[in-house]
Amino acid sequence: MTTSAEPRVARRRSIRRSGAAVARPGFAWAAPATLFFLLFAVLPLVLVAVLSFTDWDGLGSPQYAGLDNWKALIHDHVMIQSLWLSVLITVLGVVVQTPLSILLGVWAAGKQRNRAILSAIYFVPLLLSATAVSILWRALLDPNFGVPSQAKWLFGDGNLFGHQTSAIGVLVFVGAWQYTPFHTLIYQGAARAVPQVLYQAAEIDGAGTIRQFFHITLPQLRNTMITSMILMVVGGLTTFDTVLILTQGGPGTDTTISAYYMYQKAFKSFDFGGGSAIALVLVLIATVISLVVVKVSGYDKMRSSSEGL
Amino acid sequence: MKRRPNYLAGLGSLVWLFLIGLPLYVMLAATLQDRSDYSSNGPLAFPKHVTLHNYTQDFSNGFGHFFLNTLLVTLAVVAIVLLLVPPLAYAIVRSRGRITTGIFRLFLLGLAIPAQAVIVPMFYVISKAGLYDNLIGIILPTAAFSLPVCALILSGVMREITPDLYEAMAMDGASPWRVFFQLVVPLSKSGLSTIVVFSALQAWNGFLFPLVLTQSDSSKVITLGLFNFQTEHGIDIPGLLAAVVLSMLPIFIVYLFARRALVQGLMGVGGK
Repeated sequence: MTTSAEPRVARRRSIRRSGAAVARPGFAWAAPATLFFLLFAVLPLVLVAVLSFTDWDGLGSPQYAGLDNWKALIHDHVMIQSLWLSVLITVLGVVVQTPLSILLGVWAAGKQRNRAILSAIYFVPLLLSATAVSILWRALLDPNFGVPSQAKWLFGDGNLFGHQTSAIGVLVFVGAWQYTPFHTLIYQGAARAVPQVLYQAAEIDGAGTIRQFFHITLPQLRNTMITSMILMVVGGLTTFDTVLILTQGGPGTDTTISAYYMYQKAFKSFDFGGGSAIALVLVLIATVISLVVVKVSGYDKMRSSSEGL
Repeated sequence: MKRRPNYLAGLGSLVWLFLIGLPLYVMLAATLQDRSDYSSNGPLAFPKHVTLHNYTQDFSNGFGHFFLNTLLVTLAVVAIVLLLVPPLAYAIVRSRGRITTGIFRLFLLGLAIPAQAVIVPMFYVISKAGLYDNLIGIILPTAAFSLPVCALILSGVMREITPDLYEAMAMDGASPWRVFFQLVVPLSKSGLSTIVVFSALQAWNGFLFPLVLTQSDSSKVITLGLFNFQTEHGIDIPGLLAAVVLSMLPIFIVYLFARRALVQGLMGVGGK
């Protein structure tokens, strides 16, 4: 803050004395948005819990079914497998995207001359829908007409979607292709905020670029890393469009992750109760992660330093 | 302030540029040639006979109609966001009540609610409300799910308004309404344009809500058109990729004009 505390206090008193208090908005200003959000996001969240205890085919009315869906879920090996697959794809995504986006973000935060032109192309995946991205890659990796058919020395039989390992590899790769630019952008913003004084001091001490990176840049990016990784985790756990378009959960159920399994159960097998139970598991996992991020990053204390009066 | 360039990251960025650029090139090249040319030349070849046939064919497959639907959904979502988020952010930043703090926390937690998690009850609510297979049924949930991020972005921008300005308004005895319209809104223009671009992007690219909440061709949006085209004519790769290009074209035009707002807004997501 540029103004020191004392004159501000004095001025505040003078305003009080003159009786001109700053008019503040009441909570009514937030009410319309809050009601809207409660109705279309929070109420469904409550309903998903209720529906998970019912039997519903999507047409009639839901019938109370007790713990049936939950019991079925515990014994459902596809469900257990889908949770493992979700975790695997999420962890691989974080492992691939984090180092990439940190390096790219730090680079982009510098003062390169052609950066504006490069980043214009660079951020295109941010604009594309997951649908468009998945369809693009499905076409590019098509076993008969795509790139693998041209480079058999690299891709073996060329049918990347026919084996579990390569299908998971494709999902992780396509996820990284689409979301690394977003995380790069976050890191770019954070890297710009690192005080230059730290680098100047390190320079005087004779620290090279690599040592500066590990001893100044990385520690300064700690909070951003937490935020970014948690976004990656929530995003990874809820990957859906990509799986639906690229692999349809296959071969067999080899890439059937939880979000896709939930969709299949509800909207393909018309078991909306069972689907709700899976959805609730997803909600619980996402809520735990978000509570962690709110605590760790201090988002909830994000009140302005210039908040006063 | 001179720093040595980071060569390692520089090299990495070139590799990455190649990884981004190559697929985009292959896509554009594929859409400009006939199906038979594409399969005989292979995906990496330069198109020999350039044609726009793939694009015109997509339009005769109904893409023009899907376009209009998407435009309608996007405009409505942006309108709702612009109507609801500025007063919300104003209250979050300026109100001192406990209720507002609680509301802010609710929206922060809302950031992490995945749309998949609520899709079954959403289907239930929208069906019961008689909005199934209706564009309004897509607009409402899409707008609701844009609120948390937009509230976060805009309240961040509004926090930058210094107390002196509020004091000056207070001297004039201004009401919250006047403070809002004469001070807060004009000074939050950058944030407002960010949330417009952001919510428009969300609405334009939305897939799950349309997939589950609509059925007939008359209420189909463009992402769903793409998906159906893929399942029905998956072998026609040039036609399919032309549809992908069409779906991103309007967003790309907006991006050329609003790049700064979008990039700045997304950069702020990382938190300070």
